[in-house]
Amino acid sequence: MRRKISLKPITLLLLLITFVSFGQEGHGNGEEKTDIKTEVKEYIQHHLQDSYDFSLTSYTNEAGEHKYVGFPLPVILWDNGLKVFSSSKFHHGEAVAEVAGNFYKIHHAKIYKVADAHGEIIEDAEHHATNEMPLDFSITKNVTMIMMVFLIMFFMFKRMASSYKKNGNMPKGTGRLLEPIVLYVRDEIAKPNIGEKHYKRYMSYLLTVFFFVWIVNLFGLTPIGMNVTNNIAVTFCLAIITYLITTFSGNKNYWKHIFWMPGVPWPMKIVLAPIELLGTFIKPFALMIRLYANITAGHIVMMSIIGMMFVFNNWIGSSLSFLLAFVLGVLELLVAALQAYIFTVLSALYFGMAVEEHDEAH
Amino acid sequence: MEKLLNEFSIGLFFWQALIFLCLVFLLKKFAWKPILDSVNNREEGIKDALESAENAKREMQNLQADNQKLLKEARAEREAMLKDARDIKNKMVEDAKEDARTEAGKLIAQAQASIQSEKKAAIAELKNQVANLSIEIAEKVVREELSNKDKQIQLVESMLGEATLN
Repeated sequence: MRRKISLKPITLLLLLITFVSFGQEGHGNGEEKTDIKTEVKEYIQHHLQDSYDFSLTSYTNEAGEHKYVGFPLPVILWDNGLKVFSSSKFHHGEAVAEVAGNFYKIHHAKIYKVADAHGEIIEDAEHHATNEMPLDFSITKNVTMIMMVFLIMFFMFKRMASSYKKNGNMPKGTGRLLEPIVLYVRDEIAKPNIGEKHYKRYMSYLLTVFFFVWIVNLFGLTPIGMNVTNNIAVTFCLAIITYLITTFSGNKNYWKHIFWMPGVPWPMKIVLAPIELLGTFIKPFALMIRLYANITAGHIVMMSIIGMMFVFNNWIGSSLSFLLAFVLGVLELLVAALQAYIFTVLSALYFGMAVEEHDEAH
Repeated sequence: MEKLLNEFSIGLFFWQALIFLCLVFLLKKFAWKPILDSVNNREEGIKDALESAENAKREMQNLQADNQKLLKEARAEREAMLKDARDIKNKMVEDAKEDARTEAGKLIAQAQASIQSEKKAAIAELKNQVANLSIEIAEKVVREELSNKDKQIQLVESMLGEATLN
């Protein structure tokens, strides 16, 4: 009974997609379609990249001008001295910015120094720009988002903390919603993985990283969508903090298990030492890649399916794509929380390994 | 890998590290510590309250057991007192009866003694009166008899006859 019910719509869907694809082929105006496909692809690429201005959307007005809705952000460069200017000087990457006699141009979402106002980017054989890159500390769209999440988290949790004080150890308002999550992180993530004795030291980091990744992931799913966690720099930063905390809280037992594994013959100990040492780097590296890849892949698939609506451009295919995008959106909501959970659990697990005390051989 | 390295932005890393570490320390001071402390306090409070409730229950039970014991003791004491009272009553009654009996015996004895003495007195009196009466009668009879000579002789003779007969 169940199988029948679940198979029917899937078969129908497959049939419809085939039909729609054939129908599309039949139209024969391939050139226009390729254009849309390229446009979608570029749009996805652009979406995944950081940008120097906070643009929510863009459109082409009646006069044929490309208009952006949003606001510019400050660009901060270190190039023989500090250079601070508004990103409006770049005109959304279309113009060369001149600051104190130096010329800068955005090429593939990065700022390069160019020789003159023409802004020529010199590329080598592999299409890599060879222009000099100034040290870039700009407040980009992602940095703005991180700051926003900082403010949201700070005020949300500060309010929660003060509601405890006012109500005699009982939360109020948002705190009621957040307390079970805080307790979940404490009781289900920190305590079992780190142990009753040491878990308190790591609570601040675990709670912060959990809520930070979760909120940032959720914001990535909103239409204003800046997906902070699909930047390798962000996940690298989080992973390296986990690595540093693990390394600096490692006790004698932890290092002994790395450099002189107990319970194995001595030639094995020598073989195991470099592997175990490498393992300590691989663990946070995996953390970094997992978060980055999951969020990036989610966004690419999501946007591709949304893009399919415009590629199909008929009511059956587009509505099916919409349905699929909706289902995927729900799935991404789960992934947003799941990735935050996994990052926190694995961090807690590594801290737990570092402070483990018993001397049994494994 | 090359793409990843290419994508890596030092600026973003710098800002992320700075902001995130600030967030960790600020939240630690202003949020996590008070929140976790409050939750801890609350949990401790609940645990204490449960414990004290359990203690109170146990004390209550003890108290009830004590009460039962006291009640039992009181009942036993009442029982004993009643028994004592009954015994005392019986003894008193017995004593009273005994006293009464002896007293009655004494009274009877006295009464008998007085009756005896009264009787003796009465008999003595009677004897006296009878004697007096007989003397008087005898005197009267003798006087009558002696007033006439014939009769005197006759009497003497009868008397003499009687005396000889004796």
